[in-house]
Amino acid sequence: MIITIEHYLILSSLIFTIGMMGLFMHRKNVITILMSIELMLLAVNINFAAFSTHAGELSGQIFSIINLTIAAAETSIGLAILLVYFRNKNSIEVSDINQMKG
Amino acid sequence: MLLKILPIATILIIMLPLLSGIINGIFCQYLTRKQSGFIASIALVITALLAILVFYCIGINQQIVHFTLIEWLKIGTLKVNWAIYVDSLTAIMFIVVSWVSAIVHIYSLGYMAEDEHLPKFLSFLSFFTFFMLSLVSADNFLQLFFGWEGVGFCSYLLIGFWYKKELANKAAIKAFIVNRVADFAFILGIITIIIYFGSADFTSVFAKAKGLSQVKFGYSYSVVDITCLLLFIGCMGKSAQIGLHVWLPDAMEGPTPVSALIHAATMVTAGVFLLARCSFLFEYSPYVLQLIAIIGGITCLFAATIAITQSDIKKIIAYSTCSQLGYMFLACGVSAYNSAIFHLVTHAFFKALLFLSAGSVIHACHEQNIFKMGGLKDKLPITYSNFLIGSLALIGIYPLAGFYSKDLILESAYNAGSVVGNIVFVLGIITALLTAIYSMKIIMLVFHGKTRLDKNIFDHVHETNIMNIPLSILVAGSFFAGMIGYYLLSIDKPNGYFFHSIFSIHAYQRLIHHLPLYIKLLPIIIGIIGIIIGVYLYRKVKQTAEIGIIERILRNKYYFDEIYDYLVVRSVNILSKLLNFFDQNIIDRFGPGGFAKITNYWGYLVTRTQTGYIFNYTLYVVLFMVICITFFVGSFIIGCKV
Repeated sequence: MIITIEHYLILSSLIFTIGMMGLFMHRKNVITILMSIELMLLAVNINFAAFSTHAGELSGQIFSIINLTIAAAETSIGLAILLVYFRNKNSIEVSDINQMKG
Repeated sequence: MLLKILPIATILIIMLPLLSGIINGIFCQYLTRKQSGFIASIALVITALLAILVFYCIGINQQIVHFTLIEWLKIGTLKVNWAIYVDSLTAIMFIVVSWVSAIVHIYSLGYMAEDEHLPKFLSFLSFFTFFMLSLVSADNFLQLFFGWEGVGFCSYLLIGFWYKKELANKAAIKAFIVNRVADFAFILGIITIIIYFGSADFTSVFAKAKGLSQVKFGYSYSVVDITCLLLFIGCMGKSAQIGLHVWLPDAMEGPTPVSALIHAATMVTAGVFLLARCSFLFEYSPYVLQLIAIIGGITCLFAATIAITQSDIKKIIAYSTCSQLGYMFLACGVSAYNSAIFHLVTHAFFKALLFLSAGSVIHACHEQNIFKMGGLKDKLPITYSNFLIGSLALIGIYPLAGFYSKDLILESAYNAGSVVGNIVFVLGIITALLTAIYSMKIIMLVFHGKTRLDKNIFDHVHETNIMNIPLSILVAGSFFAGMIGYYLLSIDKPNGYFFHSIFSIHAYQRLIHHLPLYIKLLPIIIGIIGIIIGVYLYRKVKQTAEIGIIERILRNKYYFDEIYDYLVVRSVNILSKLLNFFDQNIIDRFGPGGFAKITNYWGYLVTRTQTGYIFNYTLYVVLFMVICITFFVGSFIIGCKV
């Protein structure tokens, strides 16, 4: 079986959907939300790499490397916020975070 | 030389009261009573002196001063100027208004001395004087209407001056509303004039009157008839003729100087002034003239019968005013405008005198019910003599002022030779009898007999000089106004004082008639009989509990208030309730209220999306992105296909 670009795209969209669903279906804790975001970013990376190979040029792969660093930075900030939040509220339940009402 | 300063003098006459009113009105918080009294009385005294000058130049020399101050309105072909028009009629009104007003201003300083709002009071009085003067010096109907409404407004303010009294407030509103009914007709009259005569200026309107009296309005009435009827209804309201008189007795809730100035001497005579001013118009409308005579005759008898049974000193004089106004209308109705104005002048003097004397009595013993007074003759000698002179002048005893003017009116009525003339002559004679009786009633019950006042109050009764001194001028007026008018100005002659300003078709015919002597003497004989009856009836205070049906009707003023309450006030109340219901339940519910509700509801729906949960917000973000991407990609695909 030859693995074509369609397979990559299906895989990445599956991962992206899983990440997105995790983002707003999961109501338990914030860490899983961060993980879901990470999943979505990874799906995008897969896309980049797949198209880069398909088109035969490197810029896509370079982008995916940049993406990874940004993802790392974002996660660290997210975790930092989470830490501060936990110190204040003693909980990281998503359903407890409901003070953003207008 | 005098002629050159006349325009300035007339402007000053009108503007000085305005100035005093503005100064006292604006600075009423800062002026002390003495300062404001000084300003007002100086302004009014100068006005009064200037009025004499103007009267001398214009009245005696039969000249007319007419000049335009500014252009006021210019709508299409209609042009209305702000002008001053002084002829013999205006000049004599100037005298009446400015003198009575000046006297009342000075008198108020004494009467209202204990009132903390004296500057405000003086300001209102001065404004009133200004409006009245601009009413009589108008040269067109609109300017006259300005003064007309202005005096009505000032009357409202002054009746309700003691605003803490509920009755005063009610009386003020009543006066305003009843006058509004009449003013509505007056406005319609002015509109008719503007439409049919094409102008509002007196001179051009009067010039067209004869021609338009031939133009029919509907079947049998001419344009002039309709106009005159509407103007006459306006006059009825202001001059308190039967039907629209209900506000005048209630207006007595105001301070007594106000009653003297506005509700006896000047404002209520505005209607008579208008009739005389428009004599050029009314003369071409015999129907309306007959109506005026009848209404005037009925009013004078009707008000006199009520006056007899009242017990409040001010109410009696108020009904007496109403009755005398009836005389004036009666005179206008038989085309004797000159006698009407003559009576207006003399009446202004003696009625102001009566009111101000009554004010002195009230001020001295704080009581208005004449059955609770008595024996004040020795305590208030000057007031007593003033009151006596005023009453005798009112009754028409020779040679006081009332004799000449009342005699003249009754003679003209008799002289008219028509059925209406004879009827109103009889009404007038009966009224003369009643007038004497109620005048004597006041004098006997207030000044004679034993006192019925508390001993405490009675011992403290005394006179105030500042209130007595100005009255001497009114006493002089009550004495000499009649003689001056009759002998010096020959007001009764058609070519006499009012030669230019009053017009009468039949004036010259009437000179041919010669009156029998008994008609000439009848009013004074009737007056003396009335005095005797009055003294006899009221020599003692009767304490009768039983009152007959006639007296009950009279005491309740022919149930006019009750009838109006039943017919007008209630139906208006029901109508306003219906309108309120319509407004609240239909207009408000579906109009502004409905919109507000819809907006609120949508707002509520939108706030429901703001849950505060992160996952909801992420959902919105993602949904938005999906919609955007779908839209852009979709439009891209469609663009490619095309």
